[in-house]
Amino acid sequence: MSDHDHHHHDHDHDHLSEHERPLSGPALRVKALESLLTEKGLVDPQALDTIIETFETKVGPRNGARVVARAWVDPAYKQRLLTDTRAAIAEFGFFGYGEDMVVVENTPQVRNLIVCTLCSCYPWSVLGLPPVWYKSAPYRARAVIDPRGVLNELGETVPADIEVRVWDSTAELRYLVLPERPPQTAGWSEEQLAEIVTRDAMIGVAPVRVPAGNGR
Amino acid sequence: MNGVHDMGGMHGMGPVVVEPNEPVFHAAWEKRVFSLRLACIYHRLWNGNMNRHAVERMPPADYLTSTYYEHVLYGLETMLVEQAVVTPQELESGRAAGKANVAGVLKADGLDTLLRNRVRARLDDDVPARFKSGDHVVARNQHPAGHTRLPRYARGRQGVIDRDFGVYVFPDTSAMTRDPKPQHLYTVRFAARELWGAGAAARDAVYVNLWDDHLDPA
Repeated sequence: MSDHDHHHHDHDHDHLSEHERPLSGPALRVKALESLLTEKGLVDPQALDTIIETFETKVGPRNGARVVARAWVDPAYKQRLLTDTRAAIAEFGFFGYGEDMVVVENTPQVRNLIVCTLCSCYPWSVLGLPPVWYKSAPYRARAVIDPRGVLNELGETVPADIEVRVWDSTAELRYLVLPERPPQTAGWSEEQLAEIVTRDAMIGVAPVRVPAGNGR
Repeated sequence: MNGVHDMGGMHGMGPVVVEPNEPVFHAAWEKRVFSLRLACIYHRLWNGNMNRHAVERMPPADYLTSTYYEHVLYGLETMLVEQAVVTPQELESGRAAGKANVAGVLKADGLDTLLRNRVRARLDDDVPARFKSGDHVVARNQHPAGHTRLPRYARGRQGVIDRDFGVYVFPDTSAMTRDPKPQHLYTVRFAARELWGAGAAARDAVYVNLWDDHLDPA
């Protein structure tokens, strides 16, 4: 370690930026690994930057929200989405990164919930990278055995007469929930609808809500 | 393998904690290791099932106390060493003893193509389906020490074939010997009460993706 690095240990770490802070265990290992793989000619650091930028800015739940909003306003699109999901999503230029897609539709009788108990599989092309709670042991353990309890904790009580279907993503298939369209959105444009579709609604842990003051 | 990664139905993990306005990454190193793993896919030196099995082999106490991106790091380091792409000494020192024997490297302008063309698990092989929609099946009670997509909570349980997705790579063999063993992939509907007993809600169900080699007629 250089003198420069030692110097930083004398400071209050809370006041240092991410780049100035001394590296912790995994951060050190990753730094060493990146320099090793670069030196061996296995990775190009510029490509790494592009990968990060892509997943931070180009891929995310806004993609899925556009798909859902179109399915709400265009019955023919919805039919394609349910039957030839990969192609219907590709109409937006969103690609499944090798995985095929399945859309499961919420109805007044059925609520769908997505989990990956064995790993952390998630529909990147339409939702981006998953939140920490989706990848966490509590969600992976409980979603299959106690979906109603999980939904309760996350703020929603599902009535007993509604069927809860949990989809465990154990294959190279990625699930997206098509949530119910709120009845007070009659007449809204596709763009307006896309604004209110949330990541959590497309995982199935929340309904789509119309923000206060947005009803008409 | 009957590992701690197979979490469905476990108790004692605590509440689901949601972070409001969560960022995509929480630290710079998470970004770097995520991108390193993706960039390494370009070389096709191992498949995704092998990578998953590497993560599953993480010592259980470590698995439970580390984060997702630490799992990613562990899986990548394990694959690189096991596939003899880097030596343990190189990994330890962070210094290359020589260049890797690879044809090229992922460039920034090649990312789109990599993501679009990533090998699909769906195969065109002409393999007959053992089951069809509506068939009653039982998930085999089997406990392979290697990689499997049949979760413990479904083993020995009866369900109904919901949908046949056609022929796919079988991850259980793909992870262990690279044998794709093409066969049909299904969604199987298990009633919540079949899996969890009388305490579960009567109408609820869990749908699991399973392959021919996981199932028998019920």
